[in-house]
Amino acid sequence: MSVLVIADHDNSELQSATLNTVTAATQIGGDVSVLVAGSDCGGVAEAAAKIDGVSKVLVADNAAYANQLAENMALLIAEVGKDYSHILAAATTNGKNYSPRVAALLDVAQISEITGVVDADTFVRPIYAGNAMATVKSSDSIKVITVRGTGFDAAAQEGGSATVESLDSVHDAGLSSFVGAELVKSDRPELTSAKVVVSGGRGMGSGDNFKLLDGIADKLNAAIGASRAAVDAGFVPNDMQVGQTGKIVAPDLYIAIGISGAIQHLAGMKDSKVIVAINKDEEAPIFQVADYGLVADLFEAVPELDQAL
Amino acid sequence: MKVIVPVKRVVDANVKVRVRPDNSGVDLNNVKMAINPFCEIAVEEAVRLKEKGVATEVVAVSVGATNCQEQLRTALALGADRAILVETDEAVQPLDIAKVLKAIQDKEQADLVIFGKQSIDDDNGQTGQMFAALAGIAQATYAAELTISDGKATVKREIDGGIQTIELNLPAAVTADLRLNEPRYASLPNIMKAKKKPMDKTSPAELGVEIKPRLSLVKVEPPAERQAGVIVDSVAELVDKLKNEAKVIPS
Ligand SMILES: Cc1cc2nc3c(=O)[nH]c(=O)nc-3n(C[C@H](O)[C@H](O)[C@H](O)COP(=O)(O)OP(=O)(O)OC[C@H]3O[C@@H](n4cnc5c(N)ncnc54)[C@H](O)[C@@H]3O)c2cc1C
Repeated sequence: MSVLVIADHDNSELQSATLNTVTAATQIGGDVSVLVAGSDCGGVAEAAAKIDGVSKVLVADNAAYANQLAENMALLIAEVGKDYSHILAAATTNGKNYSPRVAALLDVAQISEITGVVDADTFVRPIYAGNAMATVKSSDSIKVITVRGTGFDAAAQEGGSATVESLDSVHDAGLSSFVGAELVKSDRPELTSAKVVVSGGRGMGSGDNFKLLDGIADKLNAAIGASRAAVDAGFVPNDMQVGQTGKIVAPDLYIAIGISGAIQHLAGMKDSKVIVAINKDEEAPIFQVADYGLVADLFEAVPELDQAL
Repeated sequence: MKVIVPVKRVVDANVKVRVRPDNSGVDLNNVKMAINPFCEIAVEEAVRLKEKGVATEVVAVSVGATNCQEQLRTALALGADRAILVETDEAVQPLDIAKVLKAIQDKEQADLVIFGKQSIDDDNGQTGQMFAALAGIAQATYAAELTISDGKATVKREIDGGIQTIELNLPAAVTADLRLNEPRYASLPNIMKAKKKPMDKTSPAELGVEIKPRLSLVKVEPPAERQAGVIVDSVAELVDKLKNEAKVIPS
């Protein structure tokens, strides 16, 4: 058995979700290799070589992979991956973009967003927005899998000393091209790996009011998240959405403010260790999953909480 | 320009499903079914392209049992011109569906295939990308904005870090995210008209596709339930609990 993990990165930094994916790989067993495909991505390859549990790093450094375009990535991954028993990628927007394409090229199924490894062929994954957990067994010779970060601890970033090998295989499908990106810059911790997340919903009332959360987030070194309703209303950008179709988080502390607790929102945060809800409606479903609920007007409770911390 | 929109029949988004006591799956008896919300957004986008004069024909396709006709009728009522039901009683997995759709595409030669980014039952998020791979065409997942001009599609995609814009050669496969558009409600006259729109039936076998499931379901279990918590009376009590009981913030 041998597992190929596809590194998620932006050519300068390795995404932390890759560390959780390596843990899933070591649970499957066998040798773990990491493929770093990008452009000028030598630093990422070095970081990958230090991950505990990784024995080999393969680097494909070429302009064709600079923006992780699915068509080019899939051709490369399918070519390199056919010699492995498992191909794993983090369930990030990159991993979820190319992995099904890889699977189709290899004529195998893809198993999405696993949260548990039972054995080398059998995996656990949430279905129906996490309202059921399915155990599925694959009969394919190569298993192409995306890994949900919240299901696995991060592998240690230090301790490994993998060999680094460069690949000269270039796949430029010429089907799509990168035009540009508007990336949200933030000094806060990344939403999916933060220990504390403070999220606001429609109850926040406006984008300006989201600033009310800054003080709390600063004091708790928290990431700020949002419900779909808050994103749809234009209060905050899409990268902050938590839920079935947004980001999946499981911090030590999740504070939901002015969020009702729809199934689709719960799907993204109900595995948090401690959940706090602040909502003026005592009937709000969020209170059914909250460890601590405060029935209050957020415009009074939030400044008070900011003061008290 | 022809647009194909694959649609899936799923449990209504407002239903909280229950796992069957024998762990064989979720209980779908007497549960309200609907068109997958993301597929609905995909249909709306295709219809808007037609209204703008960019698309000339919108074809809705569903792969599944006879009752998928209901969701195809919904797509027709929203403005699709015709529908194709690829009828099968087998449990089809994304790779099977992608193969069926590839066979349909070989006949229809659409310039654009708009999918939903995932279905809210299996939460796989695979079919669009698999189809694109099999057809050997470009893909743009998580589309928040789609423009067609000069034989290319420009797509703004919702990615983890923000928004990415890419350009695709046509034909292409696009998968719709929530914010691509807000689907209209089908009007009563359009629902009536939809009943008269053409619906062709075929089968995977007729299309030369063998349905070969690769994953078997071992069991389905309910998720770990959270213990009901407490309602605190004040912010002070909340902070005290977080510091001294839950110990999630430094005291
Ligand atoms: C296919 C699909 C996918 C979806 N994916 C997601 C997803 O990924 N993430 C997601 O979040 N949602 C998702 N949704 C949407 C989801 O169903 C809900 O509509 C959404 O989560 C509601 O957001 P909300 O709780 O902020 O708004 P609402 O449900 O409107 O709740 C607002 C809450 O704020 C409270 N409130 C208002 N004012 C105050 C105040 N002054 N003080 C205190 N409390 C106040 C209210 O009591 C209410 O409970 C999805 C829906 C569908 C159909």
